[in-house]
Amino acid sequence: MAYVAVKGGERAIDAAHAWLAAERRGDPAVPALTTAQIAEQLGRAVDRVMAEGSLYDRELAALAIQQAQGDLIEAAFLLRAYRTTLPRFAYGRPVDTAAMLAIRRVSAIFKDLPGGQVLGPTYDYTHRLLDFALPDAPAAPAEVDAEPQPLAPAFGILGQEGLVEPDEAKSDDAPGDLTRDPLAFPAARDVRLQALARGDEGFLLALGYLTQRGYGNNHPFVGELRVGEASVEIEPPELGFAIDIGDVVLTECQMVNQFTGSRTAPPQFTRGYGLCFGHSERRVMGMALVDRAMRGAELGEPAEAPAQDVEFVLSHCDNVEATGFVEHLKLPHYVDFQSELETVRRMRADAEGTSK
Amino acid sequence: MSGYNFAYLDEQTKRMIRRAILKAVAIPGHQIPFGSREMPLPYGWGTGGIQVTASILGPPDVLKVIDQGADDTTNAVSIRRFFARTAGVATTTRTVDATIIQTRHRIPETPLHEGQILVYQVPLPEPMARLEPSRAETTRMHGLQEYGLMHVKLYEDIARYGRVANSYDFPVMVNGRYLMSPSPIPAFDNPKLHMSPALQLFGAGREKRIYAVPPYTAVRSLDFDDHPFRAGRAPGICALCGADDSYLDEVVTDDQGTRMFVCSDTDYCNERAAAAAIQGNAA
Amino acid sequence: MSDALLSARGLGLTFGPITALDEVHADLWPGEVLAVVGESGSGKTTLLNVLSGRMAPDAGTVWYRDPARHLHDLHAMPAPQLRALHRSDWGFVHQNPRDSLRMRVSAGGNVGERLMAQGIRHYGDIRAAAQDWLAQVEIDPARIDDLPHTFSGGMLQRLQIARTLVTHPRLVFMDEPTGGLDVSVQARLLDLIRTLVTRLGIAVVLVTHDIAVARLLAGRLLVMQGGRVIESGLTDQVLDDPQHPYTQLLVSSVLSA
Repeated sequence: MAYVAVKGGERAIDAAHAWLAAERRGDPAVPALTTAQIAEQLGRAVDRVMAEGSLYDRELAALAIQQAQGDLIEAAFLLRAYRTTLPRFAYGRPVDTAAMLAIRRVSAIFKDLPGGQVLGPTYDYTHRLLDFALPDAPAAPAEVDAEPQPLAPAFGILGQEGLVEPDEAKSDDAPGDLTRDPLAFPAARDVRLQALARGDEGFLLALGYLTQRGYGNNHPFVGELRVGEASVEIEPPELGFAIDIGDVVLTECQMVNQFTGSRTAPPQFTRGYGLCFGHSERRVMGMALVDRAMRGAELGEPAEAPAQDVEFVLSHCDNVEATGFVEHLKLPHYVDFQSELETVRRMRADAEGTSK
Repeated sequence: MSGYNFAYLDEQTKRMIRRAILKAVAIPGHQIPFGSREMPLPYGWGTGGIQVTASILGPPDVLKVIDQGADDTTNAVSIRRFFARTAGVATTTRTVDATIIQTRHRIPETPLHEGQILVYQVPLPEPMARLEPSRAETTRMHGLQEYGLMHVKLYEDIARYGRVANSYDFPVMVNGRYLMSPSPIPAFDNPKLHMSPALQLFGAGREKRIYAVPPYTAVRSLDFDDHPFRAGRAPGICALCGADDSYLDEVVTDDQGTRMFVCSDTDYCNERAAAAAIQGNAA
Repeated sequence: MSDALLSARGLGLTFGPITALDEVHADLWPGEVLAVVGESGSGKTTLLNVLSGRMAPDAGTVWYRDPARHLHDLHAMPAPQLRALHRSDWGFVHQNPRDSLRMRVSAGGNVGERLMAQGIRHYGDIRAAAQDWLAQVEIDPARIDDLPHTFSGGMLQRLQIARTLVTHPRLVFMDEPTGGLDVSVQARLLDLIRTLVTRLGIAVVLVTHDIAVARLLAGRLLVMQGGRVIESGLTDQVLDDPQHPYTQLLVSSVLSA
């Protein structure tokens, strides 16, 4: 018999990795990318990888993007696998986003507001025409003369009238942490927001979109969308006061939704919330829509659409988990398939036996 | 490997996982949630099994890793390498020599002995997941031991096909209390779960659950009194070692559709072939 | 209340400003059919949910007497015990059979589920019981392997009844069991329910807005309005000689219809 059992798995893996490295580098005649170039010039990709990788480090995110050949889910996975090995020195204090130095702040519910509408760097009003001159653009672009500034949150205005639900009462309980403790249902809002903040951008976008198209309608308005640098503080127990350990760029969205009132609450506007690392308006808007949709039970709304089903959303929003489970189907399953094969053969034999 | 702890995971994490394992051993078949970590291998590649192995592995251990019963499938090779690199432990392909065997989709043919630990990689720990997708609801069903739904599924299969259609991941009752997924092993392997002298640990990384079957625990495949559980295998003998009792893979050997059957358990097959060769020389 | 299967005392429940139940007393005796009638919003469905333990009242107690004649405070029972009760000694027939049936499971599997939940592990026995019950509810036993979605509305309701009665419960809650069915289908179903209930001696709490259904099935009647029981008594007595103006209105609206 000519058959010899397959051997040489190790050699095959080494060869595959070598090939991958060569493919990653591409044509050696083309200069290699630097991580600095990626960090500076592919900023939105870096932002997404930092958000989904749950790690704020532009250099490492850039490295992950380079190593993953620009596959952003693979890059987020690399970043997460590194993050999980890091020791934890301290937990940060809640970030004060109201005090952030905003480069951009818009509100869709006010024509104007204290501090004004600040467009900042946005694609919103660009004409999507391929710019063939871009590769040859001058090395030094035009100077930006705007100064980032702290801006009072738009919500203060509505809050004064009691028309918008207030912030949840501050709690002394430590917030949950999905990366340490397994998800359990029912999941509280802190854990839900954490899951969404690192969830897949496409999933958040699709679910948010669904809520606008009648699958869990929640009549949203962008109360405020802001992007800017906020300081991160920790309070070491031996010091007894907070110290600033650096700044992070954050995007925050406060979505306002109509609400007719319930047994216990007067009619008022409710809110959905989105916050993420880096600059990603799509992510925080999707997140805010889904956050609001998942609050249905608390507000006495029927949960009929996927976005309103907390277990559905949280169990499926993580793209590193999702891609692992979908892609693992390409691993060998021949033992299971063999048992299916035998069962189908036996069933067919039974069926032929009875039809004769 | 420098920069990483023995067997990759930090000791705090290992302690957390060992606590989950101890709980799992104390309540056979019951799924214990644990703080599954992101591993440098993807979910679906055995992150649950790897975390369990990493948490119980010590320098004197001898590790065997199989996928589909074989030591030389790429994922088994990759996981074995991972531990050889991060823990520097001895590895083996011989079932009898191993102290820990990490497996995907098979239980070795060679009977396990006391002191051995079999670590299963589990994709979906919840045996009722395909009947009831909500984990909150299945948790309640386990708590109340409400397993009628699972039997309805078996009833439906028999009514429709004349037999239970699950040929792998065939649900079992552990110690007469908890319904458990044995992971996607072929039903052929189910009887080996019962009263095994080895400790059997199950790790599901993506689903963040650990469960266990302690040594000498009763594990019964679900069935009806008048439709008893039957373990199937391809009718045939191994073309390499002549075994007629092992689970067989079907191998297509040419483009005319010529097939042959060989043992899925490569160690079992090699040992038998070697023994036959010695006997042949002696004769 | 010494022999009653179920006794409710002083039940009260409010939803914000709405009073769903107000000082409701009720007793159910073995083998009797008690109808709760009233318009929508009268509190009759809330009463059914509270009596069956599916909803907790703000005030009052529901006592349940088990087959060993022990009394239990229904809403103090642990969840596992209450769930076990619901799949053995009790049954629930929903207005919409789709709320109870498993639509992707065959008729036989639907009927057999409660038996399997009780630990019966003989396929042949389960199948025989399912066939027997299909016949009892006038469904052709040859359809045992068909999926419910191939059944008509009336058949679905009969299948739900077979699924509920297969474990011989002593008490069945029915929520508008004939609602949403054609008049001719309704008549046949009512006839079937009456026959089965009489033959098996099952006690029933029946919620209906339809006085004619109550007259046909129930021995006793509670008339509810605004969460209160405003009139109660033997069905014939209440319907032939209603005392409360609201009951008079209910009865006359049936007559004029």
